[in-house]
Amino acid sequence: MSAVSDFSDLIGRNLAAQPGYAALQSQLEAFYFLEADLLDNRRYRAWLDLLADDLTYYMPMRANVPLAHDRSDEFTTVGEGIHWFENDKWTVVKRVEQIETGIHYAEEPLSRITHMISNVRIVDAKPDLETAQQIAVTNRFLLYQNRIVDDTTTFVGRRHDRLRHNAGTGWQVHFREVIIEQGILQAKNITNFL
Amino acid sequence: MEHSDLKTLVDADHGMISREIFTSPAIYKRELESLFTRTWLFVGHESLIPNPGDFYLSRMGEESVILCRDRTGEVHVFLNSCTHRGMKVCRYDKGNAKVFTCPYHAWSFALDGSLQGVPHFDDLYDGVLDRDDWSLLEVDRMAVYKGTIWASWDKDAPNFETYLGDAKLHLDMTLDCRDGRSGGSEVIGVHRWKFPANWKFAAENFLGDSYHNHSHGSVDAIGIGPSARSGVKGRRDDEMKAAQHIWISFPEGHGVHSAMEHPDAEFIDSYLDQPEIGAYFRHCYEERRRRLGDEAQLIPFTGTIFPNTSYHGRQPRGLCAWHPHSSGETEGWRFFLVDTDAPTAVKDFLRHYYMRYSGPAGMTEQDDMENWLYASAASKGTIAKRLKLNYQQSMGAAKLNDPLPGLVATQMSEHMARGYYTRWRDYLEGRDWDQLLGVDDPRFSDGEPVTKAGRA
Repeated sequence: MSAVSDFSDLIGRNLAAQPGYAALQSQLEAFYFLEADLLDNRRYRAWLDLLADDLTYYMPMRANVPLAHDRSDEFTTVGEGIHWFENDKWTVVKRVEQIETGIHYAEEPLSRITHMISNVRIVDAKPDLETAQQIAVTNRFLLYQNRIVDDTTTFVGRRHDRLRHNAGTGWQVHFREVIIEQGILQAKNITNFL
Repeated sequence: MEHSDLKTLVDADHGMISREIFTSPAIYKRELESLFTRTWLFVGHESLIPNPGDFYLSRMGEESVILCRDRTGEVHVFLNSCTHRGMKVCRYDKGNAKVFTCPYHAWSFALDGSLQGVPHFDDLYDGVLDRDDWSLLEVDRMAVYKGTIWASWDKDAPNFETYLGDAKLHLDMTLDCRDGRSGGSEVIGVHRWKFPANWKFAAENFLGDSYHNHSHGSVDAIGIGPSARSGVKGRRDDEMKAAQHIWISFPEGHGVHSAMEHPDAEFIDSYLDQPEIGAYFRHCYEERRRRLGDEAQLIPFTGTIFPNTSYHGRQPRGLCAWHPHSSGETEGWRFFLVDTDAPTAVKDFLRHYYMRYSGPAGMTEQDDMENWLYASAASKGTIAKRLKLNYQQSMGAAKLNDPLPGLVATQMSEHMARGYYTRWRDYLEGRDWDQLLGVDDPRFSDGEPVTKAGRA
């Protein structure tokens, strides 16, 4: 799993000047804006179609560690131990089913939410940008959530995504790492999808 | 705040408790001064600091403490505050250190807390400063119990096992290996998150408030347990379906919900999603029976060790510390436990189950957080505060020491909460340790009184 999850070698890459980058980035932005629209409008079943069946979707926990330490000290490592969550597709479907019961009180009544996605950057494309079938993307998110009266939470962070293109399904996310800029989580719950 | 005021706040005999104990800043301040400075508090686990020099930041009450292992392997718990000007000497959550050097004026402290380095000592402090007087403040009492680490700021506190009393048996069943060997657990991760509710709502929930099952209807309906992929509904396997559930209040304020299996009980099919995991737990069950005999009939479910340490005994398995932040804010720390020597596949299976069940993204516990938030928020109002909360469930139903030590109900009951808040009041009244341990509490000699009372 580490080869999939490790974006450290990709972060510094700049592919923007290469042929095909602008067109692919535009496609990717459209994908993320669609995803945000589906989630914010509670079309969870349609959103699930954007996720591959072999999905790994996790949110590491973070710790305050000295500068010189490895990433594995600061972040929990996918595939090992405990994170805020580590979902496969089945678990994500369960989370949607839970909301649909109408008695998941942490989301009933539903929260009002808006996802903002920005800084979309393609950091890897295979076989190449013009004929890409596999890509690695970094982006930023802001999720504003308000529920009941004044119960308001803003989640801000980064996503490291890997997407795959299939003729039938179009682009689908098969790996997502959600990095939030908090150690001790300053929110009572994570009931919405980041 | 006079004793008489506290008496009216907690009226256990009539099963009524003031909402102020969950909302009042004055009462919260009193808790910090009179309760969190005296009780035994859970601060961590040995597996978080396995090697000399390892440290892990923890909390006691509102305050940051350093849990560390010195060069000789000894475990210490220190207040995380420099004795010179108060700066936190450690701001890393975990790591390995030779000394803790304060960022402010660079006083440095060894792993046993002793003051080591004082810049310009010879020029500025010679003949005045005695290093021995200015060590990091170490807790007055510390105990390592089956891997878990506990501490108290009260030098007169009873030893930890006395403090646990007969709740020890139930905590043991949580900490011991699944096959019945003593101890042997490790922490595979710690959730830490802040939520806007009074800390006692969380503690009370784990005392054995089985009445709140309703809150978890959504996960029970869809199924998220260790057999959910095989089509079994519910949020866990029903390992206790053939057992007698028991709800127990202990004199020290602890409360548990456990279950007693029939002597001839057999393993209930569970962990169906992976046959080899199911086979492993069947093996553990049978080994435990063989090893412990009749004692293996006891199965732990949930409990709270007074005042703010809770556990889930089996599915999922872990310990929680409910650290207070203010009257309306709590930091939840959940330590997830597995047997250290469990097969890798078992640990992997369990961690996935733990994550989908527990913590802020846990499908079960999200609904708990919602309850605690709005129970806190809706008790603040001027009118709301006039109303007492109702704790009258199963009054007088509990029997003494049957089948296990404590005040035991065989039906769902709130007598654990009545007992918990009675002890809570004793701490706030500044009672002596005999009273804090409930030595002369008449409930544990005569049983619980039944006093009918209307809404006051």
